[in-house]
Amino acid sequence: MSLIIDMEAKDRVLCIRLKGELDHHTAEKLRKQAESAIIKHNIQHIILNLGGLSFMDSSGLGVILGRYKQIKEKKGEMVVCAISPTIKRLFEMSGLFKIIKLELSEENALQRLGVA
Amino acid sequence: MKNNMEIKFTALSQNESFARVTVAAFIAQLDPALDELTEIQTVVSEAVTNSIIHGYENDPNGMVYISVMIEGDVVELIFRDEGLGIDDVGEATQPLYTTKPELERSGMGFTIMENFMDEMHVISHKGEGTIIRLKKHLTKSKVCN
Repeated sequence: MSLIIDMEAKDRVLCIRLKGELDHHTAEKLRKQAESAIIKHNIQHIILNLGGLSFMDSSGLGVILGRYKQIKEKKGEMVVCAISPTIKRLFEMSGLFKIIKLELSEENALQRLGVA
Repeated sequence: MKNNMEIKFTALSQNESFARVTVAAFIAQLDPALDELTEIQTVVSEAVTNSIIHGYENDPNGMVYISVMIEGDVVELIFRDEGLGIDDVGEATQPLYTTKPELERSGMGFTIMENFMDEMHVISHKGEGTIIRLKKHLTKSKVCN
């Protein structure tokens, strides 16, 4: 199974919904698509919906951190939602929750960013 | 009863999912809990990705070798490559340490392997390759033998 990327830009917020498997093989596709969407829509904040993700490893952490760095310069925030227990442990291990916020659902994430 | 399985495959990123699915299918006979199986799949992905990116630096002539042994509720994994090897294993296994930040590597591979398994031993020689031995007791498996 590969990675299916669904992206929606609204009011400088980019919502990235991922389905399938995010590993080294699929991370490059996500990096390219998200990187160009952030530039094209002048994105400040990112919501990452991982509800459909059946697998993720440290390559996923790398590409997520890369996008965080991209919006950090614009004082943007990143919110991750619908995360599975194993993927949550990866975030905890790497200390990503110190810079990336966690919400239960996409709706909660939108509210947090004030665009619901 | 000991039960072994070995695979070898070309060091290509599209084989990462093949490797973790194959290892998981073999271990599935122990009837592990789903989260433990996912953890092992993550570990396989980390080790294989390391061999491809760091060991072989994306040279598709490289081969990755995995052997899996199960006995009772213990899973032992051995990953081997004949790549460049690691300069300093102590440094390489530190959280967030990476030699390839430009490739957006997180530097978390070895930390994840250590966290998701009970034992980790890394043997590496410059120019000869790397061997990673990992062991895990499946705490929630329903094995009865």
